[in-house]
Amino acid sequence: MFILLANYKEKLLYEEVKPLEYVIEMLNITKQFGNFRANDNITLQLRKGEIHALLGENGAGKTTLMNVLFGLYQPEEGEIRVNGKKVNITSPNVANDLGIGMVHQHFMLVENLTVTENIILGNEPRKMGIVNSKDAAKKVAEISKTYGLNVDPFAKIEDISVGMQQRVEILKTLYRGANILIFDEPTASLTPQEIQELIGIMKKLITEGKSIIIITHKLQEIMDVSDRVTVIRKGQGIGTVVTSETNPEELATLMVGRQVTFKTEKGPANPQEDVLNIENLVVLDYRGVEKVKGLNLSVRKGEIVGLAGIDGNGQSELIEAIAGLRKVKSGKITINSKDITSLKTRKITESGLGHIPQDRHKHGLVLDFSVGYNAALQEYYHAPFSKNGLMHYEVVAEKAKKIIEEYDVRTQGEHELARALSGGNQQKLIIGREVSRDPDLLIAALPTRGLDVGAIEFIHKRLIEQRDKGKAVFLISFELDEVMNVSDRIAVIHDGQIVDTVIPSETTEKELGLLMAGHSKDDKGKHERKEGADRDVQ
Amino acid sequence: MSNRVIKILVPAISIILGLLVGAVVMLFSGYDPVAGYIALWNGIFGDSYAIGETIRQISPYILAGLAVAFAFRTGLFNIGVEGQLMVGWFASAYVGAAFELPMYIHLPFALLAAALAGALWGLVPGILKATLRVHEVIVTIMMNYIALHVVNALIKTVSGGSYKTDKIHPTASLRSEFLSNLTDYSTLHFGIFVALAMVVVMWFILEKTKTGFELKSVGFNQNASHYAGMNVNKNIILSMVISGAFAGLGGAMEGLGTFGSMTNQGGFTGIGFDGIAVALLGANSPLGVIFGASLFGSLKYGANNMPNAASIPLEIVSIVIALIIFFVACGYIIRVGLERLNKKKEAK
Repeated sequence: MFILLANYKEKLLYEEVKPLEYVIEMLNITKQFGNFRANDNITLQLRKGEIHALLGENGAGKTTLMNVLFGLYQPEEGEIRVNGKKVNITSPNVANDLGIGMVHQHFMLVENLTVTENIILGNEPRKMGIVNSKDAAKKVAEISKTYGLNVDPFAKIEDISVGMQQRVEILKTLYRGANILIFDEPTASLTPQEIQELIGIMKKLITEGKSIIIITHKLQEIMDVSDRVTVIRKGQGIGTVVTSETNPEELATLMVGRQVTFKTEKGPANPQEDVLNIENLVVLDYRGVEKVKGLNLSVRKGEIVGLAGIDGNGQSELIEAIAGLRKVKSGKITINSKDITSLKTRKITESGLGHIPQDRHKHGLVLDFSVGYNAALQEYYHAPFSKNGLMHYEVVAEKAKKIIEEYDVRTQGEHELARALSGGNQQKLIIGREVSRDPDLLIAALPTRGLDVGAIEFIHKRLIEQRDKGKAVFLISFELDEVMNVSDRIAVIHDGQIVDTVIPSETTEKELGLLMAGHSKDDKGKHERKEGADRDVQ
Repeated sequence: MSNRVIKILVPAISIILGLLVGAVVMLFSGYDPVAGYIALWNGIFGDSYAIGETIRQISPYILAGLAVAFAFRTGLFNIGVEGQLMVGWFASAYVGAAFELPMYIHLPFALLAAALAGALWGLVPGILKATLRVHEVIVTIMMNYIALHVVNALIKTVSGGSYKTDKIHPTASLRSEFLSNLTDYSTLHFGIFVALAMVVVMWFILEKTKTGFELKSVGFNQNASHYAGMNVNKNIILSMVISGAFAGLGGAMEGLGTFGSMTNQGGFTGIGFDGIAVALLGANSPLGVIFGASLFGSLKYGANNMPNAASIPLEIVSIVIALIIFFVACGYIIRVGLERLNKKKEAK
């Protein structure tokens, strides 16, 4: 009996002493900015060889927490342990030395250098003062092979795909000896195929003994790839759950703090006559290269048309041409049968266009204007906002208050600068401004980029509401989920042309992915053969 | 300490620090700082005559400051205030001398001519910026030199070979016997009221009008302004034109008020360049410009008394004045310091 107890006690003790299996422990971290607690008592423990997801809404404090781990911020309270030892990470260099590597959301690569040059950048191996990249290239090729990354060390960054660029970022951290990799929103700009490949790579990294933290708010990815999930909400640690014991609904509820509907609920579309009509449109980009190459498209009253495509296939140029921000080389654009080709921006707006621009900081907002001024940006020039050349700011403020309330823009008030708002709230402000004008045609370009499920749900509802009111909605997105869920028709753009138009219920993500990559429906078989051939070559 | 207190404390501490360091400089050069500062004080506020002259000096500074501040607020850097001011000066002096009209027409006409001349000088860089994206700093600097020599040539032409334009008719003059008598026969003139009125005008344009909304929007973000249907190029040009008009009126202060004519200029007046500092000291706000101009104008005028009353050489005086302005411009550092102090107190 005594022996048994003693044994038991020993075992307990052993369990307590054993946190060695954690490669990283962030215990009760609190980070404060002024009176604002960005991280409030958050604990995250990363086991060796696991993929650990960090889930939270926009502004929940994910990035702050990772910046604490990466040495960019010092926490007010709590401690960090690496391999069980308490450490003081005072700078990113310290983090590097501890084997912590970060794969940033926005790649930090020099476009016209090669893969190897990018990897050694900042830490160039020298031979008699001259950069010696030969050995480095060998090492890069070696690492690439070990982890199945398939990167050509001599390729120039500008020549390789976004997915490949991300692998270069991964290589960079591995080259510097990272054992713990932090992925910040890694799938934001990848195609479905690339996402699958990335998941494969992550699993390979794990089998080779690395540990991974992945920051994301995409629930499906968490389910697919992670072992455990730590959820934070409004700066507070909600807890850690084992992925196999949970489901996306539960995760969403944990993250948002309330029930969230996923499948965007909507009735059948009731499309009527064309609102937007585009014929043989040709548009050049800023370098004078043809980006939209004879594109034809129409969007009807009462339907949402989704434009699916990989970034850089002419989407930006197409939207800018419709909105009058870019000159049309040839072709014709009509709204409600009125020719608006190359009209002034304001004339197009007045013809019934609402435009949620792709880049909210460049086009969507004047960041140094107040929320109120921004709310009136499209209407300031006419009554009741201004009369006889004089602004009526009390009307502007009223309008702003209405948008703030109806679109749940979290702000201190209409006098706050737009710059001070979080990305999601800036977006809600823009959407409020554009939708509240009740335009016949609403162009929503990447309306949910970088937003969390709660905000996405809200925005999708608004788009469908507009459709049900009999307006035409044109949705541009890089997220297949979004296009599939929200659209009534999907037009797939590739290389400046619409390659096909499909009905969401009659297609699959895989088929869309292939179309986006430029294969037409009919040569699907050919594509698979080609893939096989590629493999043979390797 | 509330924000309000900090806002008042910062310039006060800045000026005191400037005076202290200035005192050290005088001490080390072997002059009596106390006597120096008394002389400076008397030079500014000593008697009603000094006050009158100080206010007279402040007027063109206000307008030059407004010109720079207006361009800044709308996203442009107008270094050409100097040139715009000179052409304004000449235009006012010419109109004041060449026409004979009743006062209620002549004076507004002469002021308008100054504003238009300045506006024209601003129009050129505005157009070049808007249509060819030539940077306004380069063009405005060059326009300053063009103004200097063109004005000198014009003075020669209109005066028939003399170095000085004819004296303006009293009907175009800003001079006021009343103000002059009030301040012990100083050269104080009605220009200060013109300048203060323009402060209101700038505030009104920026904060109340549709044009002001557009100008500010274009200044902050041309892309978003284009997206919102504004005519970006038109607003760039308009901004330079309005800025130039303020500067031109600054010239009229000299042409119609202080001098009543224009003499051949050996070099720049300096008022336009000081306008940049005035605008920055005033944080580019209309009210702030009054503060900045008052500081510049009074130091500039009051300093004249330091060589006479305290026999401190002009060079040292220049250093002292520059130090005071330097510390005021460093107000930011002082504010950060105050806020730290505040935090420590709170922590306790």
